[in-house]
Amino acid sequence: MADLPCRQVVEVITSYLEGSLGWRERRRFEKHLRGCDACSRYLEQMRATLDVLGTVPVDTLSPEAQSTLLEAFRDLRH
Amino acid sequence: MAGDAGELVAALRAGDEAAFARIVQDWSRPMLTLARGFVSTQASAEEVVQETWLAVLKGIDRFEGRSSLRTWVFRILVNTAKSRGVKEHRTLPWSSIAGDEAGPGLDPALFQSAGEPYPGHWRAAPSAWPEEVAVEGSVLAGEVRRELASVLETLPDRQRIVLTLRDVLGHSSEEVCELLGISQANQRVLLHRARTAARAGIAAYVEGS
Repeated sequence: MADLPCRQVVEVITSYLEGSLGWRERRRFEKHLRGCDACSRYLEQMRATLDVLGTVPVDTLSPEAQSTLLEAFRDLRH
Repeated sequence: MAGDAGELVAALRAGDEAAFARIVQDWSRPMLTLARGFVSTQASAEEVVQETWLAVLKGIDRFEGRSSLRTWVFRILVNTAKSRGVKEHRTLPWSSIAGDEAGPGLDPALFQSAGEPYPGHWRAAPSAWPEEVAVEGSVLAGEVRRELASVLETLPDRQRIVLTLRDVLGHSSEEVCELLGISQANQRVLLHRARTAARAGIAAYVEGS
């Protein structure tokens, strides 16, 4: 089985993490990682990136908009 | 209607204000992110979210519980956002992948080319990151989080929306595909581009500091 070059490994990393690689491709990917420190590090950094992404704040409705909605709720449901 | 969902619906119907405040608080983030995928400005997306909540209040008595309450609310949101997007002549091509998204996500110059000893292999391994990058509460993690927030701002809309829904807000790929009306394959391409850019953003920050 041909080895997967690093350049392709980094492009299938999301498929790997999503569990959407076929078993053959998955085996090639994992075999490559066992012998390649650079790609192993890249995968580790991708996982760290996902951890940090989970802590990024996201905009929500302004407090004004939220209180307008609560008023509408009072008017409609009481 | 099963368990908690039934209780929540009953609470809303009974005029339980705290229950309503809680779902507005919890669900408006993903709703705002989703809405932004169909309309042209953040202000417009906010109006779509407000309009959706008003429609939910008016329609809650008619909700039959065939889907979860959240799915029902998100569907109203997507429909509202889509019709507004049409009025604004805004159409993000969710169903197709643009040409600039078909190529590699990572700079090909990072790898050796055909004439070199190991074609397709790294020219130089990615530099190691300090462990604190992933240690929640560390100074560096805080800086990296701010850096990522600004990387997100620079991403193309579709990539930003998919990445935000999946990795920032934690929605499943099935849910994201259904809400945006895209295939798993297209979602994966957008997610991959966005994640690659996010990692590169951290790498540039860590190496530069």
